Amino acid sequence: MPLDAFDRELIAATQGGLPLVPRPYEAVGAMLGVPGERVRERLAQMLEQGLVRRIGAVPNHYALGFTANGMSVWDVADDQVDALGERIGALAGVSHCYRRPRHLPAWPYNLFAMLHGRSRAEVEAQAREVETLLGSACRGHDILYSTAILKKTGLRLSGA
Amino acid sequence: MLTPEDLRLIDRLHGGLPLSDRPFAELAAELGCSEYTLIERVHGWLTAGVLTRFGPLFQIERAGGRFVLAAIAVPEERFDAVAAIVNARPEVAHNYRREHALNMWFVVAAETPAAADAALARIEAETGLPVLAFPKEREFFVELRLPLADAAAALETEEADDAA
Repeated sequence: MPLDAFDRELIAATQGGLPLVPRPYEAVGAMLGVPGERVRERLAQMLEQGLVRRIGAVPNHYALGFTANGMSVWDVADDQVDALGERIGALAGVSHCYRRPRHLPAWPYNLFAMLHGRSRAEVEAQAREVETLLGSACRGHDILYSTAILKKTGLRLSGA
Repeated sequence: MLTPEDLRLIDRLHGGLPLSDRPFAELAAELGCSEYTLIERVHGWLTAGVLTRFGPLFQIERAGGRFVLAAIAVPEERFDAVAAIVNARPEVAHNYRREHALNMWFVVAAETPAAADAALARIEAETGLPVLAFPKEREFFVELRLPLADAAAALETEEADDAA
């Protein structure tokens, strides 16, 4: 479902955030020259279609005390990675879990699971849980801790 | 310093802002505060960097868009300069420094796969460094939610321990 002109304007107007006023959808509508109701209706449809994941706060995990953020990466046997990926994604503490390509020889890992904790010890405990679940299908792993957010803006569509 | 109450409020504000005429008033009623107070607190958290954004999160892949994770091994002495080049691209949504030879990891978000590839090629040309692309082949789980309610409970326990 490609975006139409109104969708593009709506995304461009709200991707940086909603106006913090009592009637935010009305304010967005005023920017786009439509009633607030049209904004709300389209956002409701977008939520239903999954084009909008959610409407709310994006927390800065560092500021909230989640200072240990590890991208755990795993070299998992190809014939088992999909079944195991589903199970790892379901673990508490795993926020994103994807299968991604290897870049051999430097990068043998094909399963990525983001782990968040208030300390590295917490993250390492989570990684041990993943390791146990993967069992003999796992041929190696690493945890890449983030040490700085260099940019975090989310999506930026050019204006319509 | 955020209080357990702040964490619970942020947890509640994580998603599901009502699509009503006065969504903050509706949430405020549920939380037992005033509409004005709620708006002021969100504003304050955005200013202080506790929240990076407040609004709709678009999953642009549903409309043909593309997100690609990419990494560069940046020589330390060039790190800031390369970060400036990468961050200057409007398609770069996130960029993190990580402890690894591949020390810069960023996500390109573009309206089409071709635009994503073009952004990566341009970064490679401008930095003169190889860009490794890690497009997702399969998504098992995405839930950005931090266990804030648990953290709030933990904070309260720590405070109780301190008081004991």
